Amino acid sequence: MAARSGGDDLRLESVTKQFGPFTAVDNLTLTVPAGSFFALLGPSGCGKTTTLRMVAGLEDPTVGDIYLGQERITSLRPYKRPVNTVFQSYALFPHLSVEDNVAFGLKRRGRKDVNAEVERMLELVELAGFAKRRPAQLSGGQQQRVALARALINSPQVLLLDEPLGALDLKLRRQMQIELKSIQTEVGLTFVHVTHDQEEAMTMADTVAVMHAGLIEQKGAPADLYDNPATTFVANFLGQSNLVEGEIRRAEGDELEVDVQGMTIRVPAERARVHSGKVWVGVRPEKVVVHSEAAATDATNSLPRGRVIDVSFSGVSTQYLVRMPWGQELTVFEQNTGSRPLLHVGDEVDLRWRPEHTFLLDAAQDASAGVQDALVGT
Amino acid sequence: MNITLVRAGRWITDHLILFIALLVLLYLFLPIFVVVLMSFDDTADLSYQFSGFTWSNWSDPCSPFGMCDALTTSLQIGLLATIGATALGTLMAFALVRHRFRGRGLANVGIFLPMASPEIVMGSSLLALFVSAGFSGQLGFATILVAHVLFSLSFVVVTVKARLVGLDGRLEQAAMDLYANEWQTFWRVTFPLVFPGILGAALLAFSLSFDDYIVTSFTAGQTETFPLFVWGSARREIPPQINVIGTAMFLISVLLVVALELWRRRGRRAAGA
Amino acid sequence: MTTLTRTPGDETAEDPGTPGGRGRWTGYLLLLPGALWLVLFFAVPIGSLVSTSLYDPTGTLETGYRFAFDVGNYIDAISTYAPEFGRSLLYAGLATIFALLLGYPLAYAISFKAGRWKNLLLVLVIAPFFTSFLIRTLSWKLILADQGWVVDSLKFLHVPLSNGRLLDTPVAVITGLTYNFLPFMVLPLYASLEKIDHRLIEAAGDLYASPFQGFRKVTLPLSMPGVVAGTLLTFIPAAGDFINKELLGSPQQSMIGNRIQGLFESGSYPAASALSVTLMVLIVVMVIAYIRRAGTEDLL
Repeated sequence: MAARSGGDDLRLESVTKQFGPFTAVDNLTLTVPAGSFFALLGPSGCGKTTTLRMVAGLEDPTVGDIYLGQERITSLRPYKRPVNTVFQSYALFPHLSVEDNVAFGLKRRGRKDVNAEVERMLELVELAGFAKRRPAQLSGGQQQRVALARALINSPQVLLLDEPLGALDLKLRRQMQIELKSIQTEVGLTFVHVTHDQEEAMTMADTVAVMHAGLIEQKGAPADLYDNPATTFVANFLGQSNLVEGEIRRAEGDELEVDVQGMTIRVPAERARVHSGKVWVGVRPEKVVVHSEAAATDATNSLPRGRVIDVSFSGVSTQYLVRMPWGQELTVFEQNTGSRPLLHVGDEVDLRWRPEHTFLLDAAQDASAGVQDALVGT
Repeated sequence: MNITLVRAGRWITDHLILFIALLVLLYLFLPIFVVVLMSFDDTADLSYQFSGFTWSNWSDPCSPFGMCDALTTSLQIGLLATIGATALGTLMAFALVRHRFRGRGLANVGIFLPMASPEIVMGSSLLALFVSAGFSGQLGFATILVAHVLFSLSFVVVTVKARLVGLDGRLEQAAMDLYANEWQTFWRVTFPLVFPGILGAALLAFSLSFDDYIVTSFTAGQTETFPLFVWGSARREIPPQINVIGTAMFLISVLLVVALELWRRRGRRAAGA
Repeated sequence: MTTLTRTPGDETAEDPGTPGGRGRWTGYLLLLPGALWLVLFFAVPIGSLVSTSLYDPTGTLETGYRFAFDVGNYIDAISTYAPEFGRSLLYAGLATIFALLLGYPLAYAISFKAGRWKNLLLVLVIAPFFTSFLIRTLSWKLILADQGWVVDSLKFLHVPLSNGRLLDTPVAVITGLTYNFLPFMVLPLYASLEKIDHRLIEAAGDLYASPFQGFRKVTLPLSMPGVVAGTLLTFIPAAGDFINKELLGSPQQSMIGNRIQGLFESGSYPAASALSVTLMVLIVVMVIAYIRRAGTEDLL
């Protein structure tokens, strides 16, 4: 069906999916470049799996079209699309052996002599010698690799992965993340990976799209999304953020001045999503410098007179919870470099950070969006 | 010393259950022992007393008049009824589990009703139907067959349904994702996975048919099936060959089950378990 | 198995088309042959039975039957044969209780104690079934015979027997009923017990329950679906049975099934039909009431 790499871009245009009154996917337009590792990230119920199923053909869009290159595949049956899926539950055929499972797709397309390819694929996923086993005799991790092999062997133009690592324990998951990424680089196919684990998405993908309630909140390279989130949801769902209310006082030139509780916070203009009115001033906890004495001279943004109310030591870093004079509690991560002693509960501190680490979001957005989902997702 | 009392008490209760269970099993098998034993009884009419040991019943099983004919009739009806009931019932099971349509709830109840009706009612109503349709003179093989398909049908539906409901729909999605069209998906994934249920249902239908007395007695007319023969002989004299057949039935079924289990195990071993 | 929470990411959307699609029409089509059979050979006959029950009761095979909408048939049936109805329900009820008392320990032992032997034991439970029902019941006739060892032992133990016999007594009939339907009780019980998550019982023990309390408070309630199914599958055929009485009992133990059969044989179709319909209605009503009270939805 499809040649190996050098395939086509996957394009979704204005795709909407409604189940009765419920809109699962809302007017989604997206392009996945050929050969990239694309992650669709979001909490459960956000529509990411539904989107994946529409690409696979297991679900029909209510409105909109899906294109593979120039070909419109929206109404094609799943078995006519050069797209394969690795299911969340693996969906291995229990009555077939591992090698029959892996060869299934090839055989349906009329290929007869597939043993060599099956062997090669099993070696790729490090399951050589398991060919005659039945799925019930394999561990979770092994089953997952069979599911991967079964899909990969068909060299689809797009490989869809529906939270494939969800059922694995932490160590195995980390290992599989690395393996998946290296396989993708090696075979050069387009991977679309659906997950609720933000760390997983950021480590594996070239491009991440954060999805919430049927919409894409932001799309881009993991570092861009993390550094400069576009919405409060992305700010809270990817990592953690401190969001403080403020109002823009001056918006001239390439730097904005924001009034936060009487203090002036400076923000480069390109890091502001709005340029007037009320805003959320955001800064990541690890960007905040809290130690009283050695003030980095570049950390010119400052919120003074906070009081440490909690210290959580976790080996690599320490998390401080600091209560500000206006009652809000802000979070600070500090790496335990060992060069300074830890702070104590009750210490008074000033929070400082560099202006280029600030981001400004529209105050109309919900500051708690994405917080609960992120907790559940890990 | 208190510990030992507690321990003893627990040993008793633990093993009490097993003990009772074994007793019940023995109770279940008591008549079977009698059947096997009495198949060697040297007599023309079975009674509680064992008259003497003989092989002649086994070497000449068809000597009672009409018995082997009745047996053949039962086997034929059993086979045909099994095919009919399994086919119809499997179709119905698929309809009920896989398709959404109005009246599905009603259909479920409707299928349950024959299982809940006493056989007497089923038999007598069928007789009434045949009589009023003018078939009273033609009661026989065909009418028995109709009745047997009828009462087996519900059991087949329930058995296949149970298996079908446990079938993960995502497997069929996976098959279609892997280039199998609807037909291929059915034959390569759905059917093999439902098959044990269908087989079980077929075996159930056969045993229900082969062993049926009540409904058959109403719809048989002059035709004789094996249960009808046994009933008749219970009123006259009971030839020991009946127990020969009974024992044979028992042995064949047990062998069948053992064979199935061995085949299943062998399949697993080949997979490198 | 007893998961109380939904794992996040459980976004199962609708399944795509299965062969032939999920459409209504395919559904109707598949249903049609079987449904036709049921309607033609079950629904219609029952209807016909009901109408026959309203015939003029004086009709015979010779004189023919006249439809008279004679509800009197029912009144006659119930009043004349009330004892048989009562007896059928009583015998069936007792047999069901005994089957439960005998079957529950067996099912429990197989499920909880058997380990490797589970499958073998299940086969052993079903195996007696492989012999003809009638043949087995005839065996009981031999076992319970007047000079047989059972009767002799009971006499030796001075157990009172009516007339010194076991055959032709209610005891024999009930024994036969219990025996014949025991597997129908054991199998659903087993299925239900199998589904119980053993960690629940461990949790009960952790919370200070003795083994017996653990059984009473955890195992027993959770096995109720099996108990309901088993009692239904035992009671229903037992109530309508007449074979056990014929082979093991005397006319004094007549059950309603025997009467119905007798009336059909003698050609009194209207009366027989009325009795049949009454029996059926009785059973269906009891079943529905029982299911309602026991509250199991997935019986069907």
